[in-house]
Amino acid sequence: MSAILSLQSVSKSFGAVVVANDLDLTLGNGEALGMLGPNGAGKTSLFGIITGTLTPNAGKVLLDGRDITRLSSPQRCRLGIARSFQVPQPFGGMTVFENLVVAAAFAGGKRESEVYQIAATTLEECGLGDKANRLAGALTLLDRKRLELARALATRPRVLLLDEVAGGLSEGECEILVALIKNIRRTGISIIWIEHIVHALLAVVDRIVVLAGGAFIADDKPEAAIRHPRVAEIYMGISADE
Amino acid sequence: MIAAKVQDAFSFRVSHIDRSSRFGLVFWALLLILLAAAPFWGDRQTMRLLGEIYSYIALASLWNLLAGYAGLVSIGQQVFVGLGGYVLYVGALAGGLPPLLCVPLGGLLCGVLAVPVVLVLFRLRGAYFTIGTWVLAEVFVQVFQQVKAVGGGSGISLPAVVVKSIAQSRDGREFLIYWLFLALVVAVIGLIVTILRTRYGLALTAIRDNEMAAKSNGIDVNRTRLIVFVAAAFANGMAGALIFLQKLSITPFSAFSINDWTMNVIFITVIGGIGRVEGPILGAVIFFVLREFLADYGSAYLIVLGVIAIVVMLKARRGLWGYVADRYGWQLFPLARRLERTRIVPDAAAAAATIEAH
Ligand SMILES: Nc1ncnc2c1ncn2[C@@H]1O[C@H](COP(=O)(O)OP(=O)(O)O)[C@@H](O)[C@H]1O
Ligand SMILES: [Mg+2]
Repeated sequence: MSAILSLQSVSKSFGAVVVANDLDLTLGNGEALGMLGPNGAGKTSLFGIITGTLTPNAGKVLLDGRDITRLSSPQRCRLGIARSFQVPQPFGGMTVFENLVVAAAFAGGKRESEVYQIAATTLEECGLGDKANRLAGALTLLDRKRLELARALATRPRVLLLDEVAGGLSEGECEILVALIKNIRRTGISIIWIEHIVHALLAVVDRIVVLAGGAFIADDKPEAAIRHPRVAEIYMGISADE
Repeated sequence: MIAAKVQDAFSFRVSHIDRSSRFGLVFWALLLILLAAAPFWGDRQTMRLLGEIYSYIALASLWNLLAGYAGLVSIGQQVFVGLGGYVLYVGALAGGLPPLLCVPLGGLLCGVLAVPVVLVLFRLRGAYFTIGTWVLAEVFVQVFQQVKAVGGGSGISLPAVVVKSIAQSRDGREFLIYWLFLALVVAVIGLIVTILRTRYGLALTAIRDNEMAAKSNGIDVNRTRLIVFVAAAFANGMAGALIFLQKLSITPFSAFSINDWTMNVIFITVIGGIGRVEGPILGAVIFFVLREFLADYGSAYLIVLGVIAIVVMLKARRGLWGYVADRYGWQLFPLARRLERTRIVPDAAAAAATIEAH
C-alpha cells in the first residue's frame, strides 16, 4: 500500500504542553486508521497540523509524497484533505443544504450549480435529507455531528479526518454511522478516525495508533493495539505497573 | 433554478425564494414606488431627511458587508467618504468637470487607493486591523488640513456656477439629489443582494458564520476580504461624493468625521442586525426615528442611543433583525438557497432503505 499522507518528524507544543514529539505517521492509500489516546493527548491538534489550521514547530506533512507543510488550509482542502471538527463548526446562519454547497463548490473549484447534485445526494446519504432547509445553527447535537460528516464528504475528499463523530450517539445511531463510514471506505477514501468508542473503531479500521505523551505508544492491528497495556490504563483506569 | 435527478430516487430544484422573501419583494417594490414619488407628496424637509436616511442605509450596508460578513471591523471608512467628497470638489473646481461625473470618479479613486491600503492593513489581525483603519483616517484629517489647494482646515465651498450646473432651479436640484440618493441606496443594496446570491456571496456568508470552517472548506478568506474591501471603498467614495454635493461645502473635519460616517453607521448596523442585509435598513429607521423625537433633548438623546445599543448587544447579539431571522428564518430578500423536492419516484423508499441497510 503506497502512502497517501504522512507526517515526518512532527513536533508541536503549546508552552509546556507537548502534543507531538518528533512524530512519524503514514496513512496508506485506501487505509482506514483509528486513533486512540487520552483527552488532551493532542489528537485534535494533529488534525490541525494535517489540515493547516495549526503550524508545527518542526517537521513536515506530505500528501502523495509532496511537501504541503507550507500550504494554507483552503489549499489543502482543495488537494483533497477534509475534516470533521470534534466540536461541530457549522455555518450556523446558512441552511444545511447551503453548508454542503459551500464545501462542494470551494473544495472542488466548481460553480454552484454544478455541485447541487453532490450536495443533495450527500445529504440523503448522511440522513439529513429532510432537514435540508433548516438553519444549521438550529440543529440538535446529533444532527450537527451528521452535518460535520456530510460537509466533509461533500468536498469529495481523498483523505477524510474524522474527530469523534460517534461521541454522544445512541447505540442505534452509532451503528448507522459505522455503516456509513464503511460505505465511505468502499469508495476508496483514506480515513483517519479519532474515536473513544472502541467497538465502533474495531468495526471499521485496519490499524490503530495510540497517541500519548507526544508519541505513538502503539501502532498495530486493531485487536493487538487495544490490548496494549497503556490502552487499558487509559480507558479502564488500570495502571500497567500493577 | 436547477433541476436534476439524484440516483433516480427523487428530483429536485434549488430556488432562492420562499414565502417571506416573496412577501419581501412585494414590500420593497411598493415602498420603492412610494419613495420614488416623494417629490410629489413630500416637502423639502421630508425629502432632505429621506435623502439622509438613504445615505446612511447605504453606508451602513457597506459597513455591514465589511464587518458583518467579511469580519473586517473598520472604524476608518470615513477616509473613503471624505475622499470621495474631495474628489468631487477638486474635480468640479480645478478640473472643471461636471459634478455628477465626479461622483463615480470619487468612487474610482477610492477603489484604487484601497488596494495599497489593504496590502498594509491586512498584515494586521483583528483589533489591530481596526486600530490601523482609525490611524489611517486620522492621517487623512491631518494631511488635508495642511493642503492649501483644498482650503486647508477651513475647507471649500461649491460656487454658485457649479451648483447651478447640476440643475437650474432649486427644486430641480433638490429633486435630482433626492433621486440620486435613492438610486445610490437601491444600487448598493441591489448589488449586495446580487453578490450574496453568487458563489462569491456563498463564501462571504460562510466567512460570516465560521471563519475556521470556511478555510477548512476551501475558501480563500484573504482574497474574499480583499475584494470586499476594495468594492466597499469604491461605493463609499461614491456615497461621499453625493453626500458632499448636497452639503455644498466640505472641510477635513466634516469629510473625515468618525462620528458621522463611522460611529452612527456602526450603531445603525449593530442594532438593526449585523450580518443581515435587512439589518442596516431597520437600524437606520430606528436611528432616525429616535433622532427626530429626541434630538431636542441634547445629551439625553445620546444616553438613550447608548442604552439601546447596550441592551441590543446583550439581548440580541445579532441585532433586531438577526433575532427575527434566527428565530423564524425570515428573509426579506431572496438569499437562502432552498432545496425543493419536486417529485418522489415510486422506488424512492426502496433506495432510501438500501442506504439504511448498508
Ligand atoms: N490553540 C491552542 N493553544 C494552546 N493550547 C492548546 C491549543 N490547542 C490545544 N491545546 C492544548 O493541547 C493539548 C491537546 O489538545 P487536543 O489536541 O485537543 O487533544 P485531544 O484531541 O487529544 O483531546 C491540550 O492540553 C490542549 O489544552
Ligand atoms: Mg480532541
